[in-house]
Amino acid sequence: MKYQSSLSERKLNITFKWEWLLVVLIVGISIVNGRLSSHFWSYTGIMDALSVFLEKGFMVLPMALVLIIGDIDISVASIVALSSVLMSMSYKAGLSMTIAILVALATGASCGYFNGLLISRIPGLSAIIVTLAGSSLYRGIAYILLGDQAIGGFPSWYSYLAWGYVGGTHIPFIIVMFVICAIIYGLLLHRTAWGRKVYAMGINPVAARFSGVPVAKIKQIIFTLNGLMAGVAAVFLTSKLGSSRPNIATGYELEVIAIAVLGGVSPSGGKGGIVGVCLALILMRLLRYGMGLVNVPGQVMMVIIGIVLIGVVMLPNIFSSRRGKRRSQEVQ
Amino acid sequence: MTREPSKVGKGVVFFKLRGFRELGIIVFIIIISILIGIRNPRFLTWSNFHDILIDTAALSVLSVGMMLVLVTGGIDLSMESVLALTGMIAGMMVKQNPQLSPLFMLTLGLLLGGLLGSITGLIVAQGRVVPIIATLSMMYIYRGITFIISGGKWINAYEMPDSFKEMATGRWLGLSKLIYIVLAVYLFFYYFVNHTHTGREIYAVGSNQEAARIIGINTKFITWLVYTISGALSGLAGVMWVARYASAQNDTASGFVMTIVAACVLGGVSITGGVGTMSGVLLGSITVGIINNALPMVKVSPFWKMALQGLIILIAAIVNIAISQNMEKSQLRRRAI
Repeated sequence: MKYQSSLSERKLNITFKWEWLLVVLIVGISIVNGRLSSHFWSYTGIMDALSVFLEKGFMVLPMALVLIIGDIDISVASIVALSSVLMSMSYKAGLSMTIAILVALATGASCGYFNGLLISRIPGLSAIIVTLAGSSLYRGIAYILLGDQAIGGFPSWYSYLAWGYVGGTHIPFIIVMFVICAIIYGLLLHRTAWGRKVYAMGINPVAARFSGVPVAKIKQIIFTLNGLMAGVAAVFLTSKLGSSRPNIATGYELEVIAIAVLGGVSPSGGKGGIVGVCLALILMRLLRYGMGLVNVPGQVMMVIIGIVLIGVVMLPNIFSSRRGKRRSQEVQ
Repeated sequence: MTREPSKVGKGVVFFKLRGFRELGIIVFIIIISILIGIRNPRFLTWSNFHDILIDTAALSVLSVGMMLVLVTGGIDLSMESVLALTGMIAGMMVKQNPQLSPLFMLTLGLLLGGLLGSITGLIVAQGRVVPIIATLSMMYIYRGITFIISGGKWINAYEMPDSFKEMATGRWLGLSKLIYIVLAVYLFFYYFVNHTHTGREIYAVGSNQEAARIIGINTKFITWLVYTISGALSGLAGVMWVARYASAQNDTASGFVMTIVAACVLGGVSITGGVGTMSGVLLGSITVGIINNALPMVKVSPFWKMALQGLIILIAAIVNIAISQNMEKSQLRRRAI
């Protein structure tokens, strides 16, 4: 049954590539956006549409890896909050901003390491329960540290990270950083033996383990990376907002997972790539930009993102099961 | 290595460990109550215990729904949003029609919640969407719909009729009426889970879905059913919640799903499916209720609640795994003889 469905999916991939559908959708939404706003079809318009709140992009890249090995991480939004709070607290405590940024990265990485340690070392403890507990634990620690207060007043150069342009050009700094990260992740996943092992784990973890793939170690690395990138996102998000609170980034986990899945990453593991994820990120940004143009409130955007996520996962399942049925009828 | 012949049968070993588990929670409850009682004597009064029971009423109803979903190996993160949505609709209805009876509102909550839950169930069972992704999406979808229908406004205590609020404040034989609702839910589901075919089939699906399918259990129906039940119970809890706190808001019970999972995992429900008892879930809910009630009493800031819940879930899940591995080992030892 499983073999058959994977066969039919592979045939689907030859005749029809998911990435092309994303490109078509991006073009379609761009045309709609252009009709809604006359400023959209300009260089600065497009750059603005892409760079606003791009920090989710940093979280999508490692999340794709987590989903490819068949796991899930719903604690990322809380890791962002904790990293941001610790960063601003260490800045307030008198450390320099550079060291405070390193604190944020270290916080993110250690939260991710802790997740990975529990998931990979204790057999039977699933990623769902660990990261669910983590999402309560990390944001809870942020609340213990800061209560309901906010910390702001960072040095002026810090806002350059999210708002600045590279040199004399009109390329936002955050886009350059994102492209560098995306290339690193793309090479890591698609051009190294390590990347092939990640796919092998997603397709069949038991078989992968018996063929000598260090499953526990790779899991550990991927969850640590996920935490680290949440720390990176915290640095950019705090720079964008100009202040830090324990309740920032609520709901990010849904959007990050939705973007990865929209990019063709299967939540049951083993499928998807960085190119699709980046296209999905652009698509989601343009979609949000367009919804912003017609004044859709944030909560309604979450409803739409939720429906998109369910639809993207459900539709191929329904079609592939129909195809499977037809094939078994033909065989009979 | 010498093997000692075991004197107890398989069923007895199983029963002993199970009993040990629930005895452990009871001992934990007693120890923690005494410790808190030493710090604050007001904790060990009957009126405070009654308050804990009222505050735990919604949680213990929700835990039953979550347990059934967890037993099938899924998870339902959307419960808190179903609660908020039905609570908001119920609040708006009693605001418009104060003559509606509380019993009607409770039934309405059950049906409405069941409808919302059955949509989630269809997505998981027929759409074959991974439960965590389906319910995470539904969590945000229902929360957004709550916001849309209310327009961001609250329903406040003065807008609700007294007959509705009386559901929580009213007493019958010295106990709050909410406690009788909980009792009815537990009696019904105790019978359903332990003594009906469908109830046992839920456990069969959770233990081994493929085997359950082969022996003729309609696994898709069972999967749909547990999400519908968890939705219905969330709807019921939503009406209870709004009556208890006498307000319906957009962010009602936001983040409460963590508390529900904590209660279930504490009560010995396995996150991988197949294991979970009604008595365990009840004890787990009461433990969580006691901890939440005790925190302000021993002057711990409420900001600790969230982190503590995360910690409870982690530790309880690890203990569950240790116990189940122990159980497996003792069964293997018996088989070797």
